[in-house]
Amino acid sequence: MTQQPIIEVKDISINLGGAWVHKNLNLSVNRGEILAIVGGSGSGKTTLLREMLMLQKPDSGSIRIFDHELTTASRLTLLEVQKRWGVLFQQNALFSSLTVQENTAFPLREHTELDTKTINDLAILKILLSGLSADAAVKYPAELSGGMQKRAGVARAIVLDPELLFLDEPTSGLDPESAGAFDELILNLQKTMGLTIVMVTHDLDSLWHVTNRVAFLGEGKVLCVDAMAALVKNPHPLIQAFFSGARGRTTQRIYD
Amino acid sequence: MNTQTLVSLDPESSRLICRGEWNLANLIKIKNDIKKISWPKQGALIVDGQDITKMDSAGAWLLNYSLKKISSNKLTTQLQHFSEQAAELLALVAARADDALEAPVLRHQNTLERVGRGAVQQLGELRDFLEFTGQLAFEFARGIFHPKSWRWSELAAVIYQTGLQALPIIALLSFMIGVVISYQMGNQLRNYGANVFIVNLLGLSILREFGPLITAIMVAGRTGSAFTAQLGTMKLNQEVDALNTMGVTPGQLLLLPRLLGLFIALPLLTMWADIFGVLGGIVMANSMLGITASDFLHRFQVEIPMRALLIGLGKAPVFALLIGSIGCFQGMKVEGGADSVGKQTTRSVVLAIFFIIVADAIFSIIFSRLQL
Ligand SMILES: Nc1ncnc2c1ncn2[C@@H]1O[C@H](COP(=O)(O)OP(=O)(O)OP(=O)(O)O)[C@@H](O)[C@H]1O
Ligand SMILES: [Mg+2]
Repeated sequence: MTQQPIIEVKDISINLGGAWVHKNLNLSVNRGEILAIVGGSGSGKTTLLREMLMLQKPDSGSIRIFDHELTTASRLTLLEVQKRWGVLFQQNALFSSLTVQENTAFPLREHTELDTKTINDLAILKILLSGLSADAAVKYPAELSGGMQKRAGVARAIVLDPELLFLDEPTSGLDPESAGAFDELILNLQKTMGLTIVMVTHDLDSLWHVTNRVAFLGEGKVLCVDAMAALVKNPHPLIQAFFSGARGRTTQRIYD
Repeated sequence: MNTQTLVSLDPESSRLICRGEWNLANLIKIKNDIKKISWPKQGALIVDGQDITKMDSAGAWLLNYSLKKISSNKLTTQLQHFSEQAAELLALVAARADDALEAPVLRHQNTLERVGRGAVQQLGELRDFLEFTGQLAFEFARGIFHPKSWRWSELAAVIYQTGLQALPIIALLSFMIGVVISYQMGNQLRNYGANVFIVNLLGLSILREFGPLITAIMVAGRTGSAFTAQLGTMKLNQEVDALNTMGVTPGQLLLLPRLLGLFIALPLLTMWADIFGVLGGIVMANSMLGITASDFLHRFQVEIPMRALLIGLGKAPVFALLIGSIGCFQGMKVEGGADSVGKQTTRSVVLAIFFIIVADAIFSIIFSRLQL
């Protein structure tokens, strides 16, 4: 294990619709950690995630993932990187015309030369690992509840055994029990598969329970990156406003 | 690295030695290596994972799967020297793999069953369509007594999109149809020296048939599909559900304005198409048959009865109701996902054009019976 950060975002700026969403933003993510990105609505969390995934090109700055510079990367380099990460989108983004199993098997079919039986077995394994039952495998996304769709999305995201997993609000819209189980799932994946996880979340329980570090976005920058316990003590007014609401204080008391 | 086998059996000490990277990238190679091993029939097999440098869940799955396949009550297996992480991964995989690793198989339908189900489904759709039109008629009737519930701005927007914005394409298309028809007919007429009859032929065919038909087919492709895709996407987005919970029926806000807007716009578009169709004919008659524009128009006035125009325009509202109701109905039937939007949009266009032509045929029969 190298101590070289797995993701290094340097001085990126992006202007969307006439406003600077990011202005000289810096962030680095270490191998093996779970890093959460938080911030108020519209602070640019989803945008940051989209930039790291190369779905949106920053106006300036550099993004290095697995030691590849992505902003100037060729298609081939990008493909190499894409095979090593998995993504769970906020709306799951499952292919509606494929069953859960076909959805999960899709990256394997595209990127490996394995035979059909092995692909199917691996897909089912990932579906089971993500906490769905085998019955759900033959269902279409539209036939699943929101929480089950999330799990199917995770199954697809981890099917290539990625080193890096991006999650956009993974526990939003889940009941407390499922959200708790999801937190366990994330911890479990990190521990057993050695994943590095970057997630956007508003879920205070997740923030306290699963993250190693939390990056707070505001004013177009990362205002502070620190462990949760230290972050809530940061005197910056935006951070204080974010965590000192009634909910913030209640959760803090529980985990203190 | 490539020459080294990733797994081998040491028969002396009955150890299965695993080494290297046990991950997805090497899965095929490991599988081949495993195939080459001649397994002992009995005893205790020790699986040594000391030299494994990297293991992911695919590798763990393969090891677990292979060991389960060979182990029996005579041959037991035991894992040794695996790193903590690999051991946990193996345990995790083993725990899941004990559950059924097979997805349930869907029952296959034979031809007879498929035909039967298809027929029942079609009948169900017909019933749904009748229910849909009935409900709309009901809402329309209610609207007459509650003039305030009319959505004038929605209606105007629909007329703008389906009517005004379609003017250029309809004009171009009917102009070309006019040109083509008079070219083909003019060729024949010239043989008999009956050049002037181009006016009768062109006038009647454009006003009675081609104008309304071409416009309706164009609008079915342009607007009917748009209705279906818009409504379908709104349904997937739960926008329709949201309206329902707010006490606004989708009929009022979404369906009736579309239907009425098209009802108003299509006859106007047909008139527009008639004008450009005849214009195309005039241009062609002038250049090919030597009939000047003023001669053409003079004869047009004398020879073409008003009836021809009215019959053509009279079909348009019927076509409009067909296109609008089919488009809206198919849109409201969307469920599931993006796939369904595509399917229903195709259906919407195909069915609309189909019924336009059927309706046109019925009109022809009726008019010939009435000797119009
Ligand atoms: N395509 C776009 N065009 C114009 N402005 C955009 C675009 N995408 C995002 N923005 C703006 O960028 C800002 C950041 O948006 P972003 O979606 O990243 O916020 P977020 O932090 O994910 O918020 P939330 O917590 O509500 O999801 C917002 O002010 C938004 O209006
Ligand atoms: Mg967002």
